[in-house]
Amino acid sequence: MIVLEKRPQPSRNWSLATPVLAVLATMIFGGLLFAALGKNPVEAIRTIFWDPLFGEFAFYYRPQLLVKGAPLVLIAIGLSLGFKAGIWNIGAEGQYIMGAITGAAVGLAFYPLDAWYVFPLMVLGGALGGWVWAMIPAILKVRFGTNEILVSLMLVYVAEQMLASMSLGLLRNPEGHGFPGSRNLNDYAAANSWIHQNAGLHWGVAAALIAVIFAYVLLNRHMLGFHIRLTGEAPRAARFAGVNPARLILFCLGISGALAGLAGLFEVAGPAGQITIDFNIGYGFTAIIVAFLGRLHPVGILLAGGLMALTYIGGEIAQSQLGLPAAAIQVFQGMLLFFLLALDLLTNFRIRLHKKEAA
Amino acid sequence: MKLTALLTNAAMVLGLATGVAAQDKTKVGFIYVGPVGDGGYTYQHDQGRLAVEEHFGDKVETVYQESVPEGADAERAITQMALNGADLIFTTSFGFMDPTVSTAKKFPNVKFEHATGFKRADNLATYSARFYEGRTVMGTIAGMMTKTNKIGYIGAYPIPEVVRGINAAYIAAKKVNPDVEFNIIWAYTWFDPAKEADAAKALLEQGADVLMQHTDSTAPSAAAEKAGNVITFGQASDMAEYKPTPRVSSIIDDWSPYYIERVQQVIDGTWKSTDTWGGIDSGMVAIGEITGLPEEVKKAAEAIRDQIASGELNSFTGPLNRQDGTPWLAEGETADDETLLGMNFYVEGIKAEMPN
Amino acid sequence: MDLSSINPVLLVASLMVAATPILLAAIGELVVEKAGVLNLGVEGMMITGAICGFAIAVETGSPWLGFAGAAIGGAALSLLFVLLTQVALANQVASGLALTLFGLGLSALLGQGYVGIKPPPTPRLDIPFLSDLPGLGPVLFGHDLILYLGIALVAAVWAMLKYSRAGLILRAVGESHDAAHALGYKVVRIRIMAILFGGACAGLGGAYISLVRVPQWTEGMTAGVGWIALALVVFASWKPWRVLLGAYLFGGITVLQLNLQAAGVAIPVEYLAMSPYLITILVLVILSKDKSNAPASLGKIFHASH
Repeated sequence: MIVLEKRPQPSRNWSLATPVLAVLATMIFGGLLFAALGKNPVEAIRTIFWDPLFGEFAFYYRPQLLVKGAPLVLIAIGLSLGFKAGIWNIGAEGQYIMGAITGAAVGLAFYPLDAWYVFPLMVLGGALGGWVWAMIPAILKVRFGTNEILVSLMLVYVAEQMLASMSLGLLRNPEGHGFPGSRNLNDYAAANSWIHQNAGLHWGVAAALIAVIFAYVLLNRHMLGFHIRLTGEAPRAARFAGVNPARLILFCLGISGALAGLAGLFEVAGPAGQITIDFNIGYGFTAIIVAFLGRLHPVGILLAGGLMALTYIGGEIAQSQLGLPAAAIQVFQGMLLFFLLALDLLTNFRIRLHKKEAA
Repeated sequence: MKLTALLTNAAMVLGLATGVAAQDKTKVGFIYVGPVGDGGYTYQHDQGRLAVEEHFGDKVETVYQESVPEGADAERAITQMALNGADLIFTTSFGFMDPTVSTAKKFPNVKFEHATGFKRADNLATYSARFYEGRTVMGTIAGMMTKTNKIGYIGAYPIPEVVRGINAAYIAAKKVNPDVEFNIIWAYTWFDPAKEADAAKALLEQGADVLMQHTDSTAPSAAAEKAGNVITFGQASDMAEYKPTPRVSSIIDDWSPYYIERVQQVIDGTWKSTDTWGGIDSGMVAIGEITGLPEEVKKAAEAIRDQIASGELNSFTGPLNRQDGTPWLAEGETADDETLLGMNFYVEGIKAEMPN
Repeated sequence: MDLSSINPVLLVASLMVAATPILLAAIGELVVEKAGVLNLGVEGMMITGAICGFAIAVETGSPWLGFAGAAIGGAALSLLFVLLTQVALANQVASGLALTLFGLGLSALLGQGYVGIKPPPTPRLDIPFLSDLPGLGPVLFGHDLILYLGIALVAAVWAMLKYSRAGLILRAVGESHDAAHALGYKVVRIRIMAILFGGACAGLGGAYISLVRVPQWTEGMTAGVGWIALALVVFASWKPWRVLLGAYLFGGITVLQLNLQAAGVAIPVEYLAMSPYLITILVLVILSKDKSNAPASLGKIFHASH
């Protein structure tokens, strides 16, 4: 009989090996899927994993990996702090939307003023928008003990309706022939988040890297980080250690909301350019997966964000070059997540063959 | 700036040179906003792509990417096609406008065509169809066929394109049936079959016996079929599976002739940036087979269709007032394209209020 | 504006139809959550059920086989969730999200050949006299059988949770898996059964959309209903009859909103569409004073360490 035995410490070796194993397993099963769809599996896998990094047009795709990965990493870092402490913000998508709306609104309010302070104010506005949206579940949890998973999730739908309302109403481009959607911030230099567009560099990329470092320092060098970890691993001990749970909840939800709001602001002021009804494309939800794939570790999240971005971009190339349907790419990504999540077992548990005790 | 110009010129010379000795295939890319299996808008664009493949055979290769989100992902999808050697790229949704504009700047040698937008460049053309001309035909049928004098209309979002269609249909229906009334529901989605079905049911329950839609799924037809004694019209595609009733006719986006023509121009080297707004006359808007209707209604509808095609009839011909009673078009005057493109008001007689 | 054109009887009858997919999925998820498992993959299981049910109904010509196939399809997908969360002990939130992603893709692949096809009609209940009664007839006796199945499931789940030993065990497992384990209950086995039940219900709910409510197959046709079902379970504070009430409320707001528009009332649609979620939050706040309802072990990983 097979028995799982919990390791006293997560295995370092396995935690490095499992992602590789998971990617290999996905390649095998994904290859079978592509073969079943009548495509050359080797070519398909190479297109997804190799071409964006080293293919003919890698000069274009590599920067795109930054564009796609930055919001994922930025949001996931914020979420991971809460997740470590057992505080579940799964409404980052809503905070992302609200950050984009408030940030863009600040920028659009100044249009067409060309001043250095426009963009910094937008950044503040974006962070504030996300923060406020995350404070709703935080305060409700602290004040009434309301479940933050559910409140934050509900607020995603509210934010989506706000987005539609803003695109059609208040923020609609007055010169847009009545179509929904705001002005394009890419045409408004003072409100633009690009640093170097061809290199894929915008302030969101910088912010993501800063967030990784910040989270690493916080968790390893700072009392607050210690409290976060302690609360997650041993809530009762944390109380004895003098952790104030209410303040921790406000901090964790607040910071994850602010970071998600920032991600939304940088996206709307750069790669996306404008507020539209379909502005949000699930970064807030994907970031939850990224946080777990990265084992809630800042560096792990960075790598996981890169891997997710790779499958997105590689998947797009496979679609247009090999004619793979978008659905096949979705299934492929789903498989990758399954394997990554499932194989994580090996990190935390030891598998033993165990003879059944004779009765 | 100088360098760019130089590069562009050099590239153009090269392009011309290779164009003369073109042995390789012309590559045509398509960016879709929905899945090719949506049975409506994107499906119809893909039919256009397939028609291009069929027409040109080995001379042309097509690629496409479906369900492309608007925004940053769209720009990457378009760029990627350009990088991979596409000579002509069609971006088929309004939301792709700005991404197409900025990609077109980066690839002066690649030709771009953006559907339903208004921004153009030397290598970026726009094209759209005068769907509202089809609405005039459907409105005529609706006005003649309704017994309850209530026509249900499901719109996606209150934007000019949809408002235009409502007005065109209303004007036509009112002409043949002065008592006609329009009940309008905004679904706030282009595509949500369950919601569209619910909207259709709500309209039917309030006494509508004709349904028109400006959303993309066939759900309203399915709801109408279940209810019985209701007629509907195919939207974007023929929706032939609901023939002969409830779907009695359809407005079909037939992009094939346009796509074939433009691809041919790229092959010939005669492509120019243009602004095409094609109607029934150009074949871009086709009226699907009229089925299950009395002979005189069918004849009347076909007459309207032919009059529009020949230019004899304009969907918006005065005298027409705006909803608030202020005059819009004088007797015999026809609407200019500028007003139509930005249309944000109902014509007189429609009772509903426009959400804003 | 002409409010008299809204027929309340038809309104109620159609809100029952609109509510049924949410109801089916939510009652399944309620059982899952009662067992202490949070499965965020409802949307993925629903859409998988929608295509499985549709394909089987079209191929066999029988809507009943279709619904059976949908239940099996939904359960089969939830088996993946079982493997991840119960065998591999992966995080439930992440696994559920991955399940939704996978289900949306898989259903689109399976459904490629089924676009633009009409399914066989699902028979309606037709009792002479009763179905023709003015007023009550269409509301009570004029629907398809699956709608009644949904209501019956609510009653069954309620009775099971309240009166049966199985319900007691299920709740015990959801409240404290360690205590339940210590009492000798097979925590993992019970949870697996609950998850499979939830998957089957979500599958039925999806098939109700593709076979009855719309009826046709299109990619992504569940359009977020699964998420609403998740909200609904909380809204109902894990009580079966409140799930029914909540489903009719959600369905009612949708249908009423459309009816008001059709009657010419210019309502701010976006703000109305927000209201169910805001109400749910409000309910959550009110309920959170009374902690007794939420399963205490919800979302926590169980590993028997002997």
